[in-house]
Amino acid sequence: MNEIKTLINKELTLEWRQRYALNGMVLYIVSTVFVCYLSFRLKASQLNPVTWNTLFWIILLFTAVSAIAKSFTQERAGRLLYYYTLASPQGIIISKILYNSGLMLVLSLLGFAFYAFVMGNPVGDLPMYLLSIVLGSIGFATTLTLVAGIASKADNNGALMAILSFPLILPTLLMVMKLAKNALDGLDRSASLDEIMVLLALDMLVVALSFILFPYLWRS
Amino acid sequence: MRSNWWKVLGVLLLVYGFGFGLMGEVPRRNILNESIRNVYFHVPMWFAVTVFLLTSAIFSIRYLRSNNLQDDTKAVEFTNAALVFGMLGCATGSLWARVTWGDWWPNDPKLNGVTISMLMYFAYLVLRSSFDDSQRKARISAVYNIFAFAIFVPLIYILPRLTDTLHPGNGGNPAFGQYDMDNQVRRVFYPIIIGWILLGVWIVSLRLRIREIEDQLQEN
Repeated sequence: MNEIKTLINKELTLEWRQRYALNGMVLYIVSTVFVCYLSFRLKASQLNPVTWNTLFWIILLFTAVSAIAKSFTQERAGRLLYYYTLASPQGIIISKILYNSGLMLVLSLLGFAFYAFVMGNPVGDLPMYLLSIVLGSIGFATTLTLVAGIASKADNNGALMAILSFPLILPTLLMVMKLAKNALDGLDRSASLDEIMVLLALDMLVVALSFILFPYLWRS
Repeated sequence: MRSNWWKVLGVLLLVYGFGFGLMGEVPRRNILNESIRNVYFHVPMWFAVTVFLLTSAIFSIRYLRSNNLQDDTKAVEFTNAALVFGMLGCATGSLWARVTWGDWWPNDPKLNGVTISMLMYFAYLVLRSSFDDSQRKARISAVYNIFAFAIFVPLIYILPRLTDTLHPGNGGNPAFGQYDMDNQVRRVFYPIIIGWILLGVWIVSLRLRIREIEDQLQEN
């Protein structure tokens, strides 16, 4: 527990020290939203809610991939070797997952605020929609963290990250988009219970697998 | 010859299945009509794919425990076989969908799930080709393979059941066995599943032998 706390602290300090990376990601999501806004020729009010929802989740997906892809590559190999001697691999993967979840939460809530600001906000059940964003961010972060670990071991990891992660993330993405659509239409909350349960189950599965598999990845 | 009895059995089961499947009696059903015979070809493909991917995941787990490169080679070849059978399953399914549902590729969660999992396993092959060192390649792709199988199962067997699908046995549709199959169909259906799986295992064993010979040629 203590180890995880220290490691998260380390991630935060590191992020704060290289603020350009964090600012870069915030700028990435803001400018993507703005590009979408301009591409629809400012007629955001005519955007159909399904398109609105899909566009938002695709923006989040790309932000997540590019934000989390760097979680194993921003530190040099020598330093990773140093962590290897200090901490257990389980502690490292759990702290990375927690840290990336937090990062994704901040980025996606910020992104949502800006998206709703420029593209209009047709959401019927806002608390539920925010819940879908929270679950989606955590789901993206858990899956992508392990994939980033895998891709960082290969040489051309930029392209590899995309082809490895898109198919793996799709079950989460489809579920969270459905949940978000229910919230968008303001459906009764009991209608979304299935999706929430499946999302939580998927998250748990992925975390458990990361916990078991990461030590093997780490050793190579 | 004694160790090859299963190959003979596989061929006999397939001959039996093809003969009775194409010429035997089948029940008359609305919409399905004669196309119900496709149940001997399309459905066993997906049984075989699931069995091969499960075997592949098991060999990956064994590799992580033993570090024996042969386990890794077996995992790849089972994945290759699963991809071939999966493509055949898509082709037969597409023909069947044209006849019964009126579209070559209807928008159906099971079809989408299958497409995603094919992408996932093609990504596995791309991931493998991006490493030079064989131990490192084996270890990292084994981690990915186990992860991919854990996503494959919910994608094919759990998520389609939550949504509406055209396939029987999901989304409130009755399962195959309940209405459409009679004993005549079952007498061909179960043997031919085993026949297809044995054929696939035979293909895998041949591929493994080719690899072994290639490796020895390279060493000399």
